[in-house]
Amino acid sequence: MDPLPEELYLRCVHCGMCVRNCPTFQETGLEMDSPRGRVQLLRGLSRGELAATPGLFRTAWDCLDCRACEAACPSGVRPGLLVEEARDRLKRFEKRRGVGIFLQELAMRFLFPYPGRLELAGRLLRFYQRSGLRTAVRRLGVLRLFPPAVREMERILPEIPARTARAILADAKANGEGEKHGKRAGDGRTAGLFLGCVTDVFFAGINLATTRILERHGFRVAAPAGQCCCGALHLHNGSREQAKQLARRNIDAFLAAGVDHVVTNAGGCGAALLEYPELLAGHPVYADRAREFSRKVIDIAQLLDQTGFLPPRGSFPRRVTYQASCHLKNVMGVADAPKRLLRQVPELTLLAMPDEARCCGSAGIYNLTHPEMAEALLRRKMADLPPGTEVVATGNPGCLVQLMHGAEKYGPPVQVKHVVEILDEAYAAGERK
Amino acid sequence: MALIQKLAAVVGQQNVFSAPEARYAYSYDATFRRRQPDVVVRPANMEEVAGVLRLAWETQTPVVPRGAGTGLSGGSVPVQGGIVLDLTRMNRILEINTADLLAVVEPGVVTDDFARAVAEKGFFFPPDPSSSKSSTIGGNLAENAGGSRAFKYGVIRDYTLGLEVVLADGRVIRTGGRTIKNVSGYDLTRLFVGSEGTLGVITQAILRFIPPPEATRTLLTFFPRLDDAARTVSAIIARGITPAALEFMDDQSIRVVEEYLHLGLPLDVEALLLVEVDGPAAVLAQQIAEIAALCREMGSREVQVASTAKEAENLWRARKAISPAVARIKPTKISEDATVPRSRIPEMVRHLKEIAAKYDLQIVIFGHAGDGNLHPNIMCDEQDVGEMRRVEQAVAEIFQAALELGGTLSGEHGIGFLKAPFMPWEHGENGLWAMRSIKQALDPRGILNPGKIFPPTQQVNNKVPGTDY
Repeated sequence: MDPLPEELYLRCVHCGMCVRNCPTFQETGLEMDSPRGRVQLLRGLSRGELAATPGLFRTAWDCLDCRACEAACPSGVRPGLLVEEARDRLKRFEKRRGVGIFLQELAMRFLFPYPGRLELAGRLLRFYQRSGLRTAVRRLGVLRLFPPAVREMERILPEIPARTARAILADAKANGEGEKHGKRAGDGRTAGLFLGCVTDVFFAGINLATTRILERHGFRVAAPAGQCCCGALHLHNGSREQAKQLARRNIDAFLAAGVDHVVTNAGGCGAALLEYPELLAGHPVYADRAREFSRKVIDIAQLLDQTGFLPPRGSFPRRVTYQASCHLKNVMGVADAPKRLLRQVPELTLLAMPDEARCCGSAGIYNLTHPEMAEALLRRKMADLPPGTEVVATGNPGCLVQLMHGAEKYGPPVQVKHVVEILDEAYAAGERK
Repeated sequence: MALIQKLAAVVGQQNVFSAPEARYAYSYDATFRRRQPDVVVRPANMEEVAGVLRLAWETQTPVVPRGAGTGLSGGSVPVQGGIVLDLTRMNRILEINTADLLAVVEPGVVTDDFARAVAEKGFFFPPDPSSSKSSTIGGNLAENAGGSRAFKYGVIRDYTLGLEVVLADGRVIRTGGRTIKNVSGYDLTRLFVGSEGTLGVITQAILRFIPPPEATRTLLTFFPRLDDAARTVSAIIARGITPAALEFMDDQSIRVVEEYLHLGLPLDVEALLLVEVDGPAAVLAQQIAEIAALCREMGSREVQVASTAKEAENLWRARKAISPAVARIKPTKISEDATVPRSRIPEMVRHLKEIAAKYDLQIVIFGHAGDGNLHPNIMCDEQDVGEMRRVEQAVAEIFQAALELGGTLSGEHGIGFLKAPFMPWEHGENGLWAMRSIKQALDPRGILNPGKIFPPTQQVNNKVPGTDY
């Protein structure tokens, strides 16, 4: 692999403005766990002043890649990118062995990139959850044979819906439905819905809610069939080559469909899509196509906020607080739009959460790879929920799972919902009136 | 190493770090020179600090106290290796007393966190070094940090009533106290503030705070001629107005910010002046009108007055964007803080421009006009050996110019080791002798932050093994 792009870490003048923005530094107070420390250590590695060691592995892999530091950096240094690039080179120091790491690699390579296989896996999981098999497995203690990460995953998995949005939307299209749009905000423009890989299996409801909301706003919704996983997990894992392949497939799918917008409802995916130009920079064909694609990428909340949101008539009479997804805020720059939408929902009380942009510990699959740090961050996050909160709203499915887990394990017993689910419920309530 | 085991016995194994990546990570501050410590130790309280110092004293090991590592003079760089004493675990605010208007804090408290805690009680802690988001009170005390409000409100030493200090051999003293008036013996508090960790390790501070100003008003203006800007500053002050901030930017800084943010700043002016006044709301409207009139009278262009906090924030944008704008130009930034009497600012700026031309360097100049504290920032590339040699010469001439104008080597960053070679110019042999005598009395073994403040002497210090970059 090429050495890290020199100018990226040279730009770091180690002023230290970033360190307090970093959730891992907030936890340990160690320079090695700060963005500045990570950049400097990778500089040392790149210049041959430091050998690749387990300590450096830890520095690179303990980063949440939440990108909060990038917002604080006066010099435009990109610790997230430097860390991602270094991860691949330090992988050989991975200490976790056996089933967990094997399953993770397997999923990255053979599952996430293939929507068909994912759907099948989803069905199997649903069968596992609903057939009584789960109860049996849990009772028999079979899970003890698996590493903690797998046990944790098994425990926090939400109930799998019967069908993916991909399948439902494809059927609707085949039946000639899904063309209900009037002269409203979207004005008949085509919103290409990015479905996500795991999201669509676990949270098809979020995609369906997004679709209904877009149609209410006069968008023609398309979900191009050729789309696949965004590659964010591969990027976090240092597997940039795999991520590039996925990026090209998505670019092809959406550009061929001729959509006006590529709409995302997952901050993590949206951020990855937005940064395709960086991933494919220098590619003879895809560099340009990536830029064209990236210009169309927009988060659902931002799209509604910018094009003229039609507030629901129905109400959502609950006390809600908003947890910003790191990538939604730090990379996509969507900070206040979701809150502006929520404030317009009748009878919804929006409570301010202190430090709402601090990572909840989900960070892709960080909660599985670094349970200790992730749990520490989650505990702090749950303690930060304003008193009286009934529902935590967020804009990223990863955060959703983590916060659900937090509500169950640490309390308070709040519900966790995607912003579009709240809006969708309020619209539905309005129609029942 | 036996010392490392003994250190672990004092602070716990989990708070002692000597792996290569830890030593590398604690080898720098915000300057460009680095040097690795042999070990990093993170004590939790005064007793542990004393324990560490006793060990260092016995073994004659250098000890370098460190806060957030945001210093700009190399104060926390362990130039002779040894122990980096990271004090950030000691980060408790022990007391905020609104009857006596004082607080008791540990050295690892982050400056902004403290200011916020004081503000939550309805009071105001003015020292605001630009790194306050990360920097610690301990670091601020060690370097006697200032900030943009220093002209009106003073620097951190003006808010320090007393200290708890662990001396080089592990003994503990308390200086000053909880009263504003205190003339009992030598003013050791002021001796330790700004001593850059060379005389003792501050483990607790009693800081005072004040009632906040009722309101703030901000004004931004541009001067085609630098001298007019300087005359305006003097005129404002002569009228009896003491602005809370009086920020200055030269044509180069205006240009780099404009190229970065496209704010529509004029590029044909020699100076930008940002004036902020605070105090009773009733007085401010008249004050700001008076300042605006003065500016126009003195030949300024485009006087913009903010009437809301949002507008004020906009006016500050150019000033606050200097660092990021400058960072985009060259990879290395040398931020100096040579300070001159207020009336000599135009001369100093002219000197700086001549020096930039002479050594073919790009220097942007900005700073605090109220107190003559300029920040010439030299843009360079530490990889470029030839350029760095020119930088070195330019820096020496900058110091010379500041001293000739009746100024000082450092207004707020401290001497560290970067400015140490120039100390004789400012203090002379006798001045340095007096300082050395104090150092000798309090730290006869020379273990506390060696290599700082004093210029390297005839006898070369015993180097402790460690890799030098």
